[in-house]
Amino acid sequence: MRENVEELLTITNLKKHFPLQKGFLDNLLAKKKGFVRAVDGVSFFIQKGEVLGLVGESGCGKTTTGRLILRLLGPTSGEVLYNGKSIFSYSRKEMERLREKMQIIFQDPYASLSPRMSIGKAIGHPLVIHNNFSKAEIRERCLQIMEKVGLTPASFLYKKYPHQLSGGQRQRVVIARALVTNPDFVVADEPIAMADVSVRAMILELMAQLKEEFDLTYLYITHDLATCKYICDRVAIMYLGKIVEIGTLEEVFKKPAHPYTATLLAAVPVPDPKYRRTHPIPKGEIPSPINPPPGCRFHPRCHSAKSTCSVHEPDLVEVREGHWVACFL
Amino acid sequence: MATILEIEDLSVHFPINIGTVQAVQDVNLRLEQGEVMGLVGESGCGKSTLGFSIVRLLRPPGKIVKGRILYHGQDIVQMSQKEILSLRGRKIAMIFQDPLTSLNPLFRIDRQFIETLFTHERGLDKKTAFRRAEKMLESLGISPERLSEYPHQMSGGMRQRIMIGMGLILNSDLLIADEPTTALDVIVEAQFLDLLNDLRRQYNLTIILITHNLGNVAQLADRITVMYGGTIAEVGQANTIFEDPLHPYTQGLLSSIPNIKLDQPKLKTMPGSPPDLVDPPSGCVFHPRCPYDKEICRVQKPETFTEDGRLVSCWLYG
Repeated sequence: MRENVEELLTITNLKKHFPLQKGFLDNLLAKKKGFVRAVDGVSFFIQKGEVLGLVGESGCGKTTTGRLILRLLGPTSGEVLYNGKSIFSYSRKEMERLREKMQIIFQDPYASLSPRMSIGKAIGHPLVIHNNFSKAEIRERCLQIMEKVGLTPASFLYKKYPHQLSGGQRQRVVIARALVTNPDFVVADEPIAMADVSVRAMILELMAQLKEEFDLTYLYITHDLATCKYICDRVAIMYLGKIVEIGTLEEVFKKPAHPYTATLLAAVPVPDPKYRRTHPIPKGEIPSPINPPPGCRFHPRCHSAKSTCSVHEPDLVEVREGHWVACFL
Repeated sequence: MATILEIEDLSVHFPINIGTVQAVQDVNLRLEQGEVMGLVGESGCGKSTLGFSIVRLLRPPGKIVKGRILYHGQDIVQMSQKEILSLRGRKIAMIFQDPLTSLNPLFRIDRQFIETLFTHERGLDKKTAFRRAEKMLESLGISPERLSEYPHQMSGGMRQRIMIGMGLILNSDLLIADEPTTALDVIVEAQFLDLLNDLRRQYNLTIILITHNLGNVAQLADRITVMYGGTIAEVGQANTIFEDPLHPYTQGLLSSIPNIKLDQPKLKTMPGSPPDLVDPPSGCVFHPRCPYDKEICRVQKPETFTEDGRLVSCWLYG
């Protein structure tokens, strides 16, 4: 149905259920095993050269989805096609080669850098794993990428250790390390959640600039809708392991079709004292993904829930061109 | 309006092996009863240190080296340990970023409430204490049945509400909230801000809202104090600060935050990074990053000037 666009990644009915950890006796005696349905049947595609935002609250499955797409986790079921080929069919060796092209930027630049590795070594490490470059070549490439992400003077910082850098600089190191293998696709998992206000703007701008320069495709995972506006082309909204709405940034932000999207948009604190929220905020919190509500998962908190919503699960349907919503409204 | 808190010339230093971190330097601030003061700035600007100083909970080696903190006219800095204990929790409540670490995981919620009450109100009987805990929970929007649960059985938003409840059950009149919504999801955050707004009216609370989230401040604060590098850059009414920031740092900060309601295609960025407070820049701490920096900014600390009802520490207004 979408033959005309070049799809870099196609995700079909992807599921990941984590078994509940219980004691040995419980496992023996329990009749049925419990599962956390972290990702429960998501389908979407990512076009070459776009930035897709994957947005939701904690526990909605957005990070798990990101990890499944990179095969850092194996799925319970479902398929991820990269350039038309299933990544779950790759052998270990082939997967290693593919990882050069698919990289990830983690949220916490403190936890994702080894304190014992100098900056240069950390950034060059993927090259040691993936390529047969000489030491001099690796150094050359590292310095190049460091200049590109604004880690200057590069030859000075090359020998430094993470604790000698500021938070913003560390996040640049993490970005440089992801880009050093020259990837096509990068999963950015909350890249600015830990950063200060003024650093956030800088990192976002850097990501946008690098995207143009290296011809990248991003999956931008975040809980912060406001930042999506500055980097995403399309956004997908997740709730309890499901995608409830997906469409272009403009469509989803200006004409949110799912009540949950509208709520999320309304809840974002607006830095303007004259602004007053008009959309009601639902009481209560996200239900547990162990026993998600039947029917539409949002119905217990939805203002416009009808009787069908608690029985049948809505499918994603196209309401306008390229704008898909899973809601009976 | 009566003044509830007055901070005069406060300096807080942390002596460490490589020198002294001047975390808070010559800060003056006055709070009126019933107002919500937003204390904003980036990490390391001294906003939390200022908050902790007010309840004298500075972590060693932090020390108040200079100044006074007058709470209803009494100087907190000079108080004995016993005096501060009767004030902390009872008159001045504080909530922190992570509500899980502030609650005792081994005790049920009811016990934590009752213990708080018993500590500060001698001679209270258990039944009355329990009733009061139940009533408190109700006004926080939590079912009183959950009193018999442990902290781990509650969600982050609920725990944060419990924390506020612990403060309010003793009728505190000053609440210091240090990044209260940072660990919360956006919908829960919105619920929490609504609750704070209700409670402040109900209890005539004075709130110091310490945060880096300018969205939160805009929704709740009457006045805003902007801090940078241990000093106060600007103090004023929330509306005027957002509409027409005077200090170049405030201007930079406001233009670098995303606003979901505005059509701004790009965020502005501020060059440079916050100062090293062991060896702060001479003159104005902001001058190395300031687009308007003049000769005088490099040599002399800016005085605090009054500019249409606002206080601003910048030579542009001198």
